[in-house]
Amino acid sequence: MATTKHTLVAIVNDRPGVLNRVVSLFRRRGFNIDSIAVGHSEVPHLSRVTIIVNGTTATVEQVRKQLDKLIDVVKIFDITGDKLTGRELALVKVKANSATRSEIIEIADIFRANIVDVASDSLTIEITGDEDKIESMLKLLQGFGIREIARTGRVAMVRGNLGVMRKKEKPARTRAKKPVTKE
Amino acid sequence: MKKTGAQIVCESLIAEGVDVMFGFPGGVLLPFYDTLPQYPQIRHILVRHEQGAAHAADGYARATGKVGVCMATSGPGATNLVTGIANAYLDSVPMIALTGQVARPFIGKDAFQEIDISGITLPITKHSYVAMDTGSLAQIFKEAFYIARSGRPGPVLIDLPKDVMTDQAEFIRPDKVDLPGYKIPTHGHPTQLKSASKLINEAKQPLIIAGRGVIISGASAPLKEFAEKAQIPVITTLLGIGCFPEDHVLSYGMAGMHGTGYANKALENCDLLIAVGMRFDDRVTGNVDAFVPNAKIIHIDMDPAEIGKNVRVDVPIVGDVGAVLHAIEKMIESSRHIDWIQQLDEWRKQHPLLDIHDSAGLLPQHIIHELYEATRGDAIVVTGVGQHQMWTAQHYIFHEPNTFISSGGLGTMGFGLPAAMGAKVGRPDKMVWLIDGDGSLQMTIQELATLVQDNIAVKIAVMNNGFLGMVRQWQDLFYAKNYVATPLSCPDFVKVAEAYCIAGLKVTKREEIRPAIKKAMEHDGPFLLNFMVEPEENVYPMVPPGAANIEFMERPKKEVSAWQRRSTP
Ligand SMILES: Cc1ncc(C[n+]2csc(CCOP(=O)(O)OP(=O)(O)O)c2C)c(N)n1
Repeated sequence: MATTKHTLVAIVNDRPGVLNRVVSLFRRRGFNIDSIAVGHSEVPHLSRVTIIVNGTTATVEQVRKQLDKLIDVVKIFDITGDKLTGRELALVKVKANSATRSEIIEIADIFRANIVDVASDSLTIEITGDEDKIESMLKLLQGFGIREIARTGRVAMVRGNLGVMRKKEKPARTRAKKPVTKE
Repeated sequence: MKKTGAQIVCESLIAEGVDVMFGFPGGVLLPFYDTLPQYPQIRHILVRHEQGAAHAADGYARATGKVGVCMATSGPGATNLVTGIANAYLDSVPMIALTGQVARPFIGKDAFQEIDISGITLPITKHSYVAMDTGSLAQIFKEAFYIARSGRPGPVLIDLPKDVMTDQAEFIRPDKVDLPGYKIPTHGHPTQLKSASKLINEAKQPLIIAGRGVIISGASAPLKEFAEKAQIPVITTLLGIGCFPEDHVLSYGMAGMHGTGYANKALENCDLLIAVGMRFDDRVTGNVDAFVPNAKIIHIDMDPAEIGKNVRVDVPIVGDVGAVLHAIEKMIESSRHIDWIQQLDEWRKQHPLLDIHDSAGLLPQHIIHELYEATRGDAIVVTGVGQHQMWTAQHYIFHEPNTFISSGGLGTMGFGLPAAMGAKVGRPDKMVWLIDGDGSLQMTIQELATLVQDNIAVKIAVMNNGFLGMVRQWQDLFYAKNYVATPLSCPDFVKVAEAYCIAGLKVTKREEIRPAIKKAMEHDGPFLLNFMVEPEENVYPMVPPGAANIEFMERPKKEVSAWQRRSTP
């Protein structure tokens, strides 16, 4: 079966060890995570994890279900099929001298990237966009000599009015709303 | 009034209905053990090895349906629990594992007996906590028990730093848990229930395969009503044994690697498989590509992650097995399936389970059958892992859920004795028999001392074949009888028992079986029977590893005798 890139979004409790639990499930299934980005969400004490992973739809679905079973994973979605806005940020340190500096700045401009630091023989560029855009710019900069790259990995959001927390769940996975026990 | 962490732990255990725990002390647990006598409601059973504590809690939980509790000290105590926690995880057994931890200021410093037990057990627990604050203990215990016993049950670990046990906090028991990330499916989706009912009504050769999920859900009654209304034959997995009475006319025994020939033939020929509370383990499916080649599959399970994991499913139903079966039973029509059932009965005649060869020596099959007769099928039977486990599954006839206790998913040798101990502690009203292998027993034999100290009357039948029998069988069949590392020299088990102050008897002849069992049963307290069985007896039928279920091997014809099980319906 063909593997494709999947974008998973997990809303998790902001507690020690949670990331460990999430990542260890991928390791168990032998997945190599392409990128993982973690940060606060719109809800206090909940973090949002965006995971990009390569796999067949069936195996990714299996991991998604396993992740969903983790107590600290409040919600998880495979938003691959949805209309997405996906962005990544990269910082790139490029060799630069008086001869090449203006050409590099021109390239950055084309990609609407910002120069965030200028040193005697280098420039640091900040670029935001999807992976293709970042790759294209990096290709053009390669000839000048790239000293360092730092990338955040993709964060993604489904287009439209609804937040991911309001997304409908599939019928086969009927469940109680919220388990609250009383004695 | 403020209480110490240790007091809060005890009060929380009591509030959760815990009246017994299996444990072993150590430095960091001293504050807990110092406090324990203030709470005489909690019976503490001192095991001889922490693995025994975990398996005992496991056996207790399986026999009673309640949460089993075990405890170990930090470091080596905690790591000794690991096999038992993994065992409970794979068989979905509700368990709370409490581990001591070094005091908070020492955490992360590689302090004496510090180990990251929550990290080690991450993939084998349903959830885990490191209690970093005395004030959070009450909430943690409430949540932990709730998680362990609800939904698909499993082990939950709580790591308890020493100073959290000595610090003080107000004990306020929360009256609810709020876990937005924890979902428990209840009723099946109406659309799926409808599709399932339609398939069931249309099926000509339907078959039910029932697993431990039925036992966990307490769904034996709805299963029986459903099977009877639609007249659908029932087979089980190893851990499903007992969820449907094996003397019922619709019962066709266990399927899979050492399942009955007729159960495996039924799988091959059914046109609809209704899989209930089971997870298509490879020991049940055989070569998964050749599994139920002619059937649609309805899969009913509590755990959405089990749906479609190993086999393709036509109608998935996620929900509580009992509720789903009950709903479907109301929706389907009564039917008969006369031809199909006749066909199965025909196969049952062609492939009798007890195709035993005539032997002057003792055969485990005979012994287990005699145990069944002597206990009238009313005992709780616990096993180790190996041939004796399969023979028990095949030849003891189980009528009730929670009476067959065995390590399925992990296949843990050494499970038997401590699990039997836990079962007897949980069900003192029941006769508890341990049917164990000479290899398995020696892995946790130290718990004989616990039986004596705590007066736990487990009856033990050792199938002593002088081999790691099941592995020897594979060497026999697939490695040209190259018996490497499987011959086993054993101690005189009766003498060993005697050294622990347990009465015992050695049995070498067939006519001695019955009186020996009688003696063991009449004896007040634990008793050990050392059955010197035929060393090279094999378990049949057997599906060779990697083969399709239908390719099951039977005993070579020349060995077959006329001995038949009397109680087979
Ligand atoms: C802890 C552990 N180690 C190894 C095995 C592999 N194994 C499975 S069955 C078996 C032999 C069991 O021998 P015994 O307990 O004497 O039972 P028998 O098969 O002879 O009835 C072994 C070694 C296992 N299941 N568990």
